[in-house]
Amino acid sequence: MNQPNTELPNRVGEPLQGAQILWEALVREGVDVVFGYPGGAIMPAYDAMIQYPIHHVLTRHEQGASHMADGYARASGKVGVCVSTSGPGATNMVTGIATAMLDSVPMVCITGQVPSALIGTDAFQETDITGVTLPITKHNYLVTRAEQIADTIREAFYVARSGRPGPVVVDITKDAQQQRCTFEWSDAPIELPGYRPDYTPLDSQMDEAVRLINEAKRPVLFCGHGVSEAGATEVLTALVEKAQIPVACTLLGLGAFPASHPKNLGMMGMHGESWVNAAIQKADLLIAVGMRFDDRVTGNLKTYAPTAKKIHVELDPAEIHKNVHVDVPIVGDARDVLEQLLPRVEPREHAEWLAHIDALKGDSAVRDIKDLPDLGKLYAAHVIHDLYRLTKGEAIIVTDVGQHQMWEAQYYKHDLPRKLITSGGLGTMGFALPAAIGARFAKRDDAVWVIVGDGGFQMTACELATCVQEGIKLNIALINNGFLGMVRQWQEFFFGGRYVATPLHSPDFVKLADAHGIKGLRVTQRAEVEAAVREAEATPGTVLIDFRVEQEDSVYPMVPAGADLHDMIQRPYTPPAAPGTTDHNPIFETGEDDR
Amino acid sequence: MTEAASRTFAIFVEDKPGVLNRVASLFRRRSFNIHSLNVSTTHEPGVSRMTVVCEADGDTAKRIEANLYKLVNVLWVDDITHAPTVERALALIKVRVGRDARAEVLRVCEVFGARPVDLSLETMTVEMTGPEDHIQSLVDVLRPFEILEMVQTGAVAMTRGSVERAQSHPTIPARRTHAA
Repeated sequence: MNQPNTELPNRVGEPLQGAQILWEALVREGVDVVFGYPGGAIMPAYDAMIQYPIHHVLTRHEQGASHMADGYARASGKVGVCVSTSGPGATNMVTGIATAMLDSVPMVCITGQVPSALIGTDAFQETDITGVTLPITKHNYLVTRAEQIADTIREAFYVARSGRPGPVVVDITKDAQQQRCTFEWSDAPIELPGYRPDYTPLDSQMDEAVRLINEAKRPVLFCGHGVSEAGATEVLTALVEKAQIPVACTLLGLGAFPASHPKNLGMMGMHGESWVNAAIQKADLLIAVGMRFDDRVTGNLKTYAPTAKKIHVELDPAEIHKNVHVDVPIVGDARDVLEQLLPRVEPREHAEWLAHIDALKGDSAVRDIKDLPDLGKLYAAHVIHDLYRLTKGEAIIVTDVGQHQMWEAQYYKHDLPRKLITSGGLGTMGFALPAAIGARFAKRDDAVWVIVGDGGFQMTACELATCVQEGIKLNIALINNGFLGMVRQWQEFFFGGRYVATPLHSPDFVKLADAHGIKGLRVTQRAEVEAAVREAEATPGTVLIDFRVEQEDSVYPMVPAGADLHDMIQRPYTPPAAPGTTDHNPIFETGEDDR
Repeated sequence: MTEAASRTFAIFVEDKPGVLNRVASLFRRRSFNIHSLNVSTTHEPGVSRMTVVCEADGDTAKRIEANLYKLVNVLWVDDITHAPTVERALALIKVRVGRDARAEVLRVCEVFGARPVDLSLETMTVEMTGPEDHIQSLVDVLRPFEILEMVQTGAVAMTRGSVERAQSHPTIPARRTHAA
């Protein structure tokens, strides 16, 4: 941030084109890669780009550009940047912007706009993108003069990454890109009169939190996305070990507290393990850190954690009392707050409580599909569990949305933050492949695996060509069940088994890979999983593995939407059936949809 | 949690294009129901002041305040619901009044402290400034005379007395002239 590139001549004080000032500013903000798609109103900016040390990734769709910037930001912790033209270019980015907004991802989106004199005339490719994105951005700007560009970019990066991060749109008119003005740059700290993102926790609230933690008999600590954002993993671990408090994670909190830690219960909520939710319902204290009591986490609010006092450590004051009325709100950075709490929290054993939670597990283990034999079938959960073992849990995993996303959350155990990249809040199908491309540019040495369903993959499959053009290495585990699986599961459970618009006919994905000039593999038996994963790892370019998994499998356990958190649907336990009874699967055998 | 009740917020914002839209959009998307909204410039250059009256319980009022602060252009938010305030709205009410009823309508106006601002052979337009419930009372009394049209501003409100409270927010001139 704010590091002037040494290779770049210092052009402060020189007359420059607005388009040049844009890149001067981006380079000074530490940007070296942007994801975008050119078009009329952003052409001056593209023309100037070649003068700067910026790598541009040409996407196949602007939605891909915004997800790539998002994936880049999540993997690196830096601000991701995407670029598009006005009108359709800008509106195509809207889904990616909303995705970043819901998951607090720092992102700056540069959009071209029609010349300022034409604004409001319904000019060719004109869209009021600041109006469109107003509710889905942290802030946005319309820039109509070259001399506004440098300050606005500086401000945009500051707003995007400070406080609770979020996406910022900077819409720049074509004439502002073309005008010349003196380039000025300031390294002074930014002060915005109406934006004060730093909060100091109140002493009285800290005192009360310490008292509650020290008096608690049945505490549970919640680890959310804010923990990894604040870099609070270490201090959280220290606190948990000192006071022997079990930890439940949100989806975006996975990895922010090591999965292998004995105090980690795992994910809570709709597809969390039943004993995790049962522990929450019986707790006498919840210490929620960097999370926002999403409805997928709480279930029915009226019966949620009825016996627990609640401490809420959160950076965004607007989250306090939003879904759950808490006893002790602490507004502040998770790391600061935990560091202040740590010395004041007394050592505890909580042996009885921890033993009780262990007992809550009951027969969960024998119902766990991970521990069940495959009986000649290929289960998605087995594929993901095998992938976890084979990659030693060290890969960056980028998931899409649906059943595979939940199985990943259950069976790929992340020990480090920023290793699971997934659209949690918005639940954006089509996110995985482009987000993984972004992650690839952020972490060039890590193995990156995309886990994606056959539905979501086809929403942004065009970005395979981007992988090839960029010559990058991704491994794509396509969990192919011939259905929009999660919707099908809900239809099975809650809509009388009427599979309306969920059977999904797909192209031959191996041939699709082949058409892109990348390796495609097909796996239909569990015994083939390891060899395919190893081959993918050993192949230099992007590899797609088409895992033909069980078609009508469901994610267990499950809290139905709006139901009580302790009221879970368990995986039905059926003793192993006789060998040799495999299901007929016409869609895979004929390649045709005969439904 | 307290019962939902009428809440009044004084909101100081940067005087920039689109800020009204940002505030209104926030209330809409969070389902905070606005009863009235007024916006005007102030004596401080670059600073506008809004008065928003809406229905909210205690927790919601705090969330409204916190959400308003998330808007980069919002400078200061004051929930003045429970502070002693002067609150005023202005209404123009055009009533069908012939010569026979004119005197009576004028007497009604006198009672309410309203004043006639336009007169024709068949109509009288009355201006009333006061708290919104006073205006409503006047409307009720004038209704039998046949109200032809009326228009009313949202409430504007200010806390009474107290130099301290008036100065409790930093008076922030718009620091920069560009960067809309």
